[in-house]
Amino acid sequence: MAEVLFIEGGRVIDPASGTDGVRTVILRDGKVAEIAERAEKPRDARGIDARGKWVTPGFIDLHVHLREPGQEYKETVATGARAAVAGGFTAVCAMPNTKPVNDNASVTELVLARAAAAGLARVHPVGAISKGSNGEELAEYGELLAAGCVALSDDGRPVLSSALMRRALEYAKAFGLTLTVHEEDLQLVGKGVMHEGAAATRLGLKGIPGAAEDVMVLRDLALLELTGGRLHVAHVSSRGSVRAIREAKARGLAVTAEVTPHHLALTDEDVGASGYSTDFKMNPPLRSTEDVQACREGLADGTLDAIATDHAPHSAVEKDVEFDAAANGIVGLETAFPVCLALVRAGALTERRLVEALTIGPARAFGLAGGTLAAGAAADVAVLDPKAEWIVDPARMYSKSRNTPWKGKRLAGRCVMTIVGGRIVHEEGRTER
Amino acid sequence: MKAQDLQRAVRGLADDVAAHAKAAGAARDLAIIGIRRGGVFLAQRLRAELTRSLGAEPPLGTLDIALYRDDLSEKGATPIIGPTDIRFPIQGKTILLVDDVLYTGRTVRAALDELVDFGRPRRVWLAVLVDRGGRELPIAPDFVGARLEVADRDHVQVQLTESGAAEDAVVVKRRGT
Amino acid sequence: MIGRHKHCISLAEYSREEILEVLDLAVSMKEVLQRPIKKVPSLRGKSVVNLFFEASTRTRSSFEIAAKVLSADALNWTSSSSSVTKGETLVDTAKNLEAMRPDVLVIRHSAGGAPKLVADHVGCSVVSAGDGAHEHPSQGLLDCFTLREKLGTLEGKTVAIVGDISHSRVARSDIHAMTKLGARVRLCGPPTMIPAGIETLGATVHYQLREAVEGADAVVMLRIQHERIGDPLIPGTREYSKLWGLNAKKAAEWLRPSCVILHPGPINRGVELSPEVADGPQSVILDQVQNGVAVRMAILYLLAGGNPAEAGEAKA
Repeated sequence: MAEVLFIEGGRVIDPASGTDGVRTVILRDGKVAEIAERAEKPRDARGIDARGKWVTPGFIDLHVHLREPGQEYKETVATGARAAVAGGFTAVCAMPNTKPVNDNASVTELVLARAAAAGLARVHPVGAISKGSNGEELAEYGELLAAGCVALSDDGRPVLSSALMRRALEYAKAFGLTLTVHEEDLQLVGKGVMHEGAAATRLGLKGIPGAAEDVMVLRDLALLELTGGRLHVAHVSSRGSVRAIREAKARGLAVTAEVTPHHLALTDEDVGASGYSTDFKMNPPLRSTEDVQACREGLADGTLDAIATDHAPHSAVEKDVEFDAAANGIVGLETAFPVCLALVRAGALTERRLVEALTIGPARAFGLAGGTLAAGAAADVAVLDPKAEWIVDPARMYSKSRNTPWKGKRLAGRCVMTIVGGRIVHEEGRTER
Repeated sequence: MKAQDLQRAVRGLADDVAAHAKAAGAARDLAIIGIRRGGVFLAQRLRAELTRSLGAEPPLGTLDIALYRDDLSEKGATPIIGPTDIRFPIQGKTILLVDDVLYTGRTVRAALDELVDFGRPRRVWLAVLVDRGGRELPIAPDFVGARLEVADRDHVQVQLTESGAAEDAVVVKRRGT
Repeated sequence: MIGRHKHCISLAEYSREEILEVLDLAVSMKEVLQRPIKKVPSLRGKSVVNLFFEASTRTRSSFEIAAKVLSADALNWTSSSSSVTKGETLVDTAKNLEAMRPDVLVIRHSAGGAPKLVADHVGCSVVSAGDGAHEHPSQGLLDCFTLREKLGTLEGKTVAIVGDISHSRVARSDIHAMTKLGARVRLCGPPTMIPAGIETLGATVHYQLREAVEGADAVVMLRIQHERIGDPLIPGTREYSKLWGLNAKKAAEWLRPSCVILHPGPINRGVELSPEVADGPQSVILDQVQNGVAVRMAILYLLAGGNPAEAGEAKA
């Protein structure tokens, strides 16, 4: 029987229910029993002192790569789930670009089994849009839904064929599944490795124009209008995309979108400033200050519904090479909260909006349960210390991979406790893995 | 050494060289090469004097030994390398190498190495204004203006008006004072 | 060291003074190249390893000769493949070579940032002989040396650089060095070959050749690659040559008589330069080659010459 948890003294921020103030949170039988202004601690309850901390619904990450099956040397479902709860995430959506691709029930079931065995963050598998994600034939959405997939994606690759994308949006309607799409026109991208602009010119690296993302977003919005399905734009990075999504929403199209912490915090200049460090190489690339500004505004005004990390673990084999040859991606679960909190401090985001974009925003985008502390909801809770300063030490990270641009940097803001289904799965200070 | 003594020493050197050159039958084949930087102006003065004594103007060249130094890894690369300028053939000539101060002998050793890369002289004579002793190599001057007894840590400097000094002088700076 | 630099990878990081230091030293090095015995013992016992991942006979030979004139030992290591999947990684190759204790590694690689990556992993000095489209510092320096020799100074002079700027590491190094020495740089080429934001490096952009070269004191012509598979930037060399190539007629009508013409080589005769112009009186292309050895000697001397802890006076 799960114990009763009595979290008191913390500032409860739950945008879904409009709560923001000091409250006591009582968790019983794996559910939120009560959020009260004042309450007596039951005798059998474990008291948790959250004074000076925030208490929020556990964060939901719509976009992580757990690398299992196939590339367990970079990350496994278990290590990824551990990194997730360390960052305050109680649920993550695992992208299907594993080896083999998750386009069938077996891989979905494997991922779910590994997650259950780990007993940490909830893992929601995302199934492939096309078989093998090769952009040719539709995958079996019915089977994927029945096996437990919560959305569909060919992430890592764009769906190049407009015809296939159209059919995918239509077919998915029967199952109520959202397509989350990785948008890039591969021909415009060419051999580009970073954002096209003055920074790339100075570094002598081939550039990827923002338009490479924009043209595909615009295409898919047109297809969305044609088919009436559900579209979610993954890792938005360019101002053209933000503008297109804003206009589409204004017209009532069923589109949602996410943005990564790094696309809100870093620019293409950071590639040069870091001396060609491959911890600054990802797809889509870090873009210009104007793009970053547009993403921040888009997040603030609701155009972008969620913050999603696109957690992409890679080992030294893939990263300790020349920039052109390095794999794309950085890990992000453990640094998301402090990096985004810095935006609040900079005045680009309110605290409420930040929490919303990490909780109910993502939940609504994919139609997931969670993201709220309403009575009766699952007891998925994050306790965060907005003031805690810490240095990102690769040796002490929970992820198997260490490819982060914040390596060695001092960050402010940290998750100190994470509760999933009423069980404490992460407690800062306790170092069991 | 004061100005007058210095100038007398230079004339003395020139007379000495002229005498030896005539005795060796090398008056026509004499060429003067000043070792940068201290030997350059001195070489010019000697040339002027020797033109008078020999009745002909010996050719004049400049040698920068920076690329031939034996202490590069200790001192580091010397960025300021001046021109080596030798526009006459070395072959068969009697070369008068000129420097202001002779101390360890390493500069002269480097100069000799560089010189023979230009050609094979008939003979090489070394003329220095000041010999302060302290040789670290078996190098001996053929013509000396003056000998000084100084401590190892002292710094001996020849100042000539051509390089901007108020007047000619040989200055000994005791280090630590 | 050149100034505070242990490596020679990027002229963007060099100050004006540091650039002049190399050029001044190269003057003396050029004098050595004119002697009957073209050898000085300065780098005796030091070794220079050429690690070339891109084919290049001329730059590699230039570095090799430079090393040998300074009495250093020179070793060439060529690889036709830079792809990580085909075998040893760049870092592994460099570390293996470093185990043989070279004093200087000269690297040419198709990926921008590769020399920096190697420099971060080895203890010896690294000289970039060109990394992707990023920089080719010794070329930039020898171009400046040649111009200084021919024009007296770069201060206030106008230099036009014509060609595929977007793929040119020579152009970038030239822009950094020449602007630091006080020249005005004009870039010229078809719009598809002018990279985004290049003006931020301090140059102006012109699509018309005439506009770029009229009144210029020097013109640097860059080589045009015949095909660029998958992403063609021009319809072909025919139109390119008509509009951006330099022939005797254009040279006579548009260039100042005193204007000098440079090219980093190898030349596509008939494309960017007609044979008459390439071999004509205004061309200083062969001077560039000779100056290249002198400049590379200066770079090697400054990097391999030991610790510049004190610049004391040698005991005479």
